[in-house]
Amino acid sequence: MAQLASALAIMIMGVLGCAAYFYGSNFLLDKLFPTKNRPYEQIARNLRTANMVRPWLFLGPAVLLLTFYLFYPVIDSFRLSFFDRTGDEFVGLSNYVWLFGSDEFFESFRNNMLWLIVVPTAATFFGLIIATMTDRIWWGNIAKSLIFMPMAISFIGASVIWKFIYDFRSGGDAQIGLLNAIVVFFGGEPQNWITIPFWNNFFLMIILVWIQTGFAMVILSAALRGIPDETIEAAVLDGANGLQIFFKIMVPQIWGTIAVVWTTITILVLKVFDIVLAMTNGQWDTQVLANQMFDWMFRGGGDFGRGAVVAIVIMVLVIPIMIWNIKRANAEMEGR
Amino acid sequence: MVASSKRTPLTFLVHATVLFLVVLWTIPTAGLFISSIRDKDQLSVSGWWTALSTSEQRLVTRAYEPKSQVQQGDRFVIRGNLLEGGSGEIARFGFSSLKPEAYAVGDVAEMKKGRTLQVNANGDYVLSSPTEWKGSRGQRIFYTAEVPPRFTLDNYREVLSAEGLGQSFINSLTVTIPATIIPILVAAFAAYALAWMRFPGRALLIAGVVGLLVVPLQMSLIPLLKSYNLIGEFFGVGSKTYVGIWLAHTGFGLPLAIYLLRNYISGLPGEIIESARVDGASDFDIFRKIILPLSFPALASFAIFQFLWVWNDLLIAMVFLGNNQEHLVLTGQLRELLGSRGGNWEILTASAFITIIIPLLVFFSLQRYLVRGLLAGSVK
Repeated sequence: MAQLASALAIMIMGVLGCAAYFYGSNFLLDKLFPTKNRPYEQIARNLRTANMVRPWLFLGPAVLLLTFYLFYPVIDSFRLSFFDRTGDEFVGLSNYVWLFGSDEFFESFRNNMLWLIVVPTAATFFGLIIATMTDRIWWGNIAKSLIFMPMAISFIGASVIWKFIYDFRSGGDAQIGLLNAIVVFFGGEPQNWITIPFWNNFFLMIILVWIQTGFAMVILSAALRGIPDETIEAAVLDGANGLQIFFKIMVPQIWGTIAVVWTTITILVLKVFDIVLAMTNGQWDTQVLANQMFDWMFRGGGDFGRGAVVAIVIMVLVIPIMIWNIKRANAEMEGR
Repeated sequence: MVASSKRTPLTFLVHATVLFLVVLWTIPTAGLFISSIRDKDQLSVSGWWTALSTSEQRLVTRAYEPKSQVQQGDRFVIRGNLLEGGSGEIARFGFSSLKPEAYAVGDVAEMKKGRTLQVNANGDYVLSSPTEWKGSRGQRIFYTAEVPPRFTLDNYREVLSAEGLGQSFINSLTVTIPATIIPILVAAFAAYALAWMRFPGRALLIAGVVGLLVVPLQMSLIPLLKSYNLIGEFFGVGSKTYVGIWLAHTGFGLPLAIYLLRNYISGLPGEIIESARVDGASDFDIFRKIILPLSFPALASFAIFQFLWVWNDLLIAMVFLGNNQEHLVLTGQLRELLGSRGGNWEILTASAFITIIIPLLVFFSLQRYLVRGLLAGSVK
């Protein structure tokens, strides 16, 4: 409790400090370049100077934080990928040579590709289906709310939830994991699902699909509601059936949104870490890049060079989406 | 929708499919919750879907010690009850671990040296021997009992105290609250500048923020860990501090915060701002008196995002706060338990539920803002 109180105190101090910075710096600016009761030219000059400085007062803390926490580290990670495990000695391309020669990397790369194909596709697909169907029924909002719920659950919490479902009891003991209980009910052999190489990847992916479908559903549902009714009415008059309306009228009109959902989930998938760490920690051929990177960061005291090189691979995979996002944002600003 | 206004087999199909999907999506969490309030002996032998039916358990207990024996005629007798006053019904029993179900209740089991054991359905047992019982420990009795469903909060009591979840809960709050508030303040000012102030380099900065939105955290970890070690050494406070993690969460949350808030603030009507300017209000006044109150929905949206993200984060907490017990947040604690108590589902389910209850409450009470934020963040 004392800890919480001190946290609250520090928080209030921090907030007050922030407020004091913005208040104080603006006050100072107004004092240094007064714009009242002065000769006309001086006011004009002061106004110009103040207007040049003020944006940077507003932006200052944000730019500093972004530089220190994101911009500089990206550059430094790149530099470190050419250095040894402590980051002191230049080793040229040897980290890259190691990376492309290691089986572990190809395993995680293959798995990441699988994740990239399966998770965004499945989550977007389910999201679209559920969004379409829940828009037609009276209890649709309750259904949406429940399907959206896993979004609020941490990856590690979700991992515990699903590990419980995949739980396996050997011998003739009663299965307490839901999946094995169902398998046994239908006369199958219970399995230790997360230890079956290759297929276990899919059991981990289900967790992320479970979490992300709600996200896809919410956004696609809003997009579907934005479709002008006339287009659908016209299709109905022309005798189109439900499926034709869905695939030929509705889906083409929301392609842009589908792409946004897809790429957002793709970015998330590239960074997937907690689930693999909690479920298998990369054992039984389930390693992925983000977990491998974390592993190298601390393994045997940490190897910063190799950790950085794995991070670079993740970054390179993200770059196309980054460029596409920036282009889209620019186009939007010009359209405004 | 036009096509579905009538009751057709298709509408029925839609209802059924949605119901199926909803059940599919909720059942994992429901199972976790039900399991967490079950008795731990029942939890470990039967699935949570049987929680309401009586469960059959194979148990073992020791009879009373030999010193409680009484002499009746020429035999020495020990009496007691296996269920110790609890409810339930015993079906079978035995005295050897090789044949724990050798006898039906009511039967008299013949043991060595003329000794006998009899167990009744209500748990009463009678051990009888022609010679005096010796030793300090009681005879082991194996039995199979039908136990009615038992729900309990014991699991929660245990994890909150013995497993350190209570401390972690406080740690999580300590991390989350400031890490939610600070970025909002910093981002709101930056977003206003990017939306309504004219200065060279504005477009570049906006593009930069959009670019940083997708930079994987992994790129930042190693350089930041190095910087933190240096800074910690310099100040002599170590590299794992609460201030460190607050600022880290602030830095990582800023791109989304600025992006969301800028989108919202730039959509506010320009006339209000222009007329305030004409009236001689400075940008600071405009921001404080007009922009902040009007942006409340966007601020709330981001606050919820950031809260959920920080509360649910494992990676940043592990790197910047470390793994020692006094600093462990809930997610980190859950991960430790997953390693050390892998098979103890009564501990894991209760712990997991404690870690997810706050985000779930936030989610269900403030869902409106969350949805609005999602839409503002992606559809545009």
